[in-house]
Amino acid sequence: MPRSVRSSDSTSVGTDGQAALSVRGLEIGLPAGMERANAVTGISFDLLKGKILCIIGESGSGKSVTANAIMGLLPKAISVRAGEIRLGDAEIVGMPDEALRSLRGRAVSMIFQDPLSALNPLMTVGAQVDEVMAAHDVGTRATRRSRSLELLTEVGLPEPAQMLHRYPFQLSGGQRQRVMIAMALALEPTVLLADEPTTALDVTTQAQILKLIREIQRRKGMSIVFVTHDFGVVAEIADHVVVMEKGHIVEQGTAEQVLKSPQAPYTRRLIAAVPHLTATDRVPIEVARREPVLVCEGLMKTYGGGRSLLDKVLPGKVLPGMFLGQKKSVRAVDDVSFSLGAGRTLGIVGESGSGKSTVGRLLTRLLDSDGGRILFEGRDVATLSEAEFRPLRPKIQMIFQDPFASLNPRSTIGTSLTVGPVAHGTPYAKAAEEARALLAHVGLDAGAFDRYPHEFSGGQRQRIGIARALMFKPKVLVADEAVSALDVSIQAQILALLDRIQRETGVSMIFITHDLRVASQICDEIAVMQKGRIVELGPPSQIFLDPQSAYTRELVAAIPGE
Amino acid sequence: MSRFLLGRLIQSAILLVVVSVIGYVILGLIPGGPLSQFGLDPGLTAADIERLKEQMGLNQPLWMRYLDWAWKLLHGDWGVSLRDGTPVLTVIARHLVATLLLMGSSTVIAVAAGTWIGIRSATRRYSAFDYAATVGAMVALSIPTFWFGLVGIYVFSLKLGWLPAGNMYTIGDASVLDYLHHLILPSLVLSLVHIAVWSRYMRTAMLDAINQDFVKTARAKGVAERRILMKHVVGNALLPMITLAGVQLPSILTGALVTETVFTWPGMGRLFYDSLGYSDYPVVMGILMFSAIVVILGNLIADVVVALVDPRIRLA
Repeated sequence: MPRSVRSSDSTSVGTDGQAALSVRGLEIGLPAGMERANAVTGISFDLLKGKILCIIGESGSGKSVTANAIMGLLPKAISVRAGEIRLGDAEIVGMPDEALRSLRGRAVSMIFQDPLSALNPLMTVGAQVDEVMAAHDVGTRATRRSRSLELLTEVGLPEPAQMLHRYPFQLSGGQRQRVMIAMALALEPTVLLADEPTTALDVTTQAQILKLIREIQRRKGMSIVFVTHDFGVVAEIADHVVVMEKGHIVEQGTAEQVLKSPQAPYTRRLIAAVPHLTATDRVPIEVARREPVLVCEGLMKTYGGGRSLLDKVLPGKVLPGMFLGQKKSVRAVDDVSFSLGAGRTLGIVGESGSGKSTVGRLLTRLLDSDGGRILFEGRDVATLSEAEFRPLRPKIQMIFQDPFASLNPRSTIGTSLTVGPVAHGTPYAKAAEEARALLAHVGLDAGAFDRYPHEFSGGQRQRIGIARALMFKPKVLVADEAVSALDVSIQAQILALLDRIQRETGVSMIFITHDLRVASQICDEIAVMQKGRIVELGPPSQIFLDPQSAYTRELVAAIPGE
Repeated sequence: MSRFLLGRLIQSAILLVVVSVIGYVILGLIPGGPLSQFGLDPGLTAADIERLKEQMGLNQPLWMRYLDWAWKLLHGDWGVSLRDGTPVLTVIARHLVATLLLMGSSTVIAVAAGTWIGIRSATRRYSAFDYAATVGAMVALSIPTFWFGLVGIYVFSLKLGWLPAGNMYTIGDASVLDYLHHLILPSLVLSLVHIAVWSRYMRTAMLDAINQDFVKTARAKGVAERRILMKHVVGNALLPMITLAGVQLPSILTGALVTETVFTWPGMGRLFYDSLGYSDYPVVMGILMFSAIVVILGNLIADVVVALVDPRIRLA
């Protein structure tokens, strides 16, 4: 194995015996035809004993590949071309499979981003925790069981004895990640790799999991590599930081150094792009119209709980006990009222299951409401039939979260942009002309019109999504987590674009997000939702400086890095 | 669970009524009918035929005949064969054993071989074995069953003389070994198509499961590859296959029709074919209802098994 140790970087190459994990000159090749030859090139860093090292970078920076290489879990098509990864006395690179297997889970273990898909849906929590120990021939069935109980207690799961018999789908997101952590801790590994372990979690859950990881790390003196894209998380948890860009380490140092006085221009740009809580209210846009564009009054939506065919055929009374298992009904939206002025942005903020997305779908009539009124320019559109609402559809447009899934992969951008207006009666030539103009307006070149979605990056696709919504010259834009899937630097650009468009066109916007920081950047007013209800509604200054409800206070406190 | 079962049973009852109406109406619309074969019989006068019609209730409007038939069926009276007056249920029972023997053995072969091929193809994706399995499946699916049957008879019965060319047993022998001897060729031929289908689905299900995150988790835990494959991958891949097994039941029945004809196997497929030829409507309707029940039951059983195996459904 060729070695190419670069001594230009790193704080403690070779001399410091305190490293639990050392990576030297690591080069990981990508298959031919990818956008670059190597996933990572010449990276070197040390994970010191009892410390947390954060690897931060945007998508495609090579941070996850690095973590997988340390586990010896790279896909077959990707291989380590040069360098070394030393875990204690063991060299991971080139280690035979069986030796690697014996290290995994015992000396080094890993937790992943999505704790639902990372757990086997058909195995109980107990069986999955047991499996780590069984795989390494540790203990007997009975001792492993008591150890499992101990672990589940340690990671703060309620009723650990019952928890052993639960299946992953019966647990909340935070509980699943706790199970993953319990599994990773089972054999007390020296190194824990955490690959974006809180990215899929709600902000309050994220705060709890970060706290748990920090506590366990301190108690056991464990060494952790924590991969993340979020500088807020870095600020919460890191001792040392490695910043990666396109497969290279552009900067590394203590958390203090990197966060407070970043040296590399890339780090500076990245930190500058991180959305922060803005407690100053936005300067309102001058608009001629004074009366609100959109008013919601007592909006209601209940999911499930409807009578099934069976109930209609055989009324509930006839059937005793077991047959009566009433379907659970969920009030997704419960008495939601707000008003949106012309050229204003209302943020709807909440955690998963708060009903924020349902509100967006009710406003665009993608779902029918069960009660309440939606007044669009003074007219109640909630009760209109589909045919009656159709002429109004262009006026209320939606921007979706996933810029990959919301564009038809088989249609050119031009087709995607023009098909709507043409269906509403615009001649194709005129629609095409407007589409080209809009594409230029959102910052894409005119050639984009004839290209396909896969030729664009995530940020570019979201620009296309915005252009598509603007094709109709809407009065209201409903943006559902429109920047959540994007890297922070792209996020900042898209937010700036939305702001510019709003100032130019005077369009009103409903901005749905789970991220209070982002909401504070772009919203005139913010509605905080919890369990279907708006618990607080006010300008960012009130929400962040003087929150009225306990839940808002909790949310604000949970924001990482603030 | 009982709520789910009750719902499904009600659905199934509705489905059975729909199937019976459609089947009865189609049979009623076919020109000719059970008595047309006597039209040219010099021994029967027009009056005789008219009298027979009256006796068999054929002069009544179709809807009345249907209601009469359905009412009797509900009370357990499946009617009698127009050919020899044997009760329909007896006729069906007589042929059912033969079909079950053939279907059962070919299903076992198909599931076992298909699962094995699917697993091996998926774990050795793009290997020589995988390509061979792909081509083999394509061949098995594109060539009709009767051709395989005929080639099988030609090679193994005529040329090699290893296996009998047809029938279920040798008259005068009828030992277990003799039955098995007769069973080999038809059950292998019948299973061919199903091995092809099953192995393709299994391969896809395996590839889906292999790429799941929890497989990576198992690897990160240091679980041995063999256990990862058997416990995590195959376990999850088999779930969708249970549903497929339920859906495949009817195609095994229809497959049996051709195979039974080629191998003169005295099963339900042959009975159905012959009864249609004789316009023996009570038997045809009987088989139709029987197959509908089998299909519905097959799906129901598959759903119940999935619900029992998958905790997400069992405990939800």
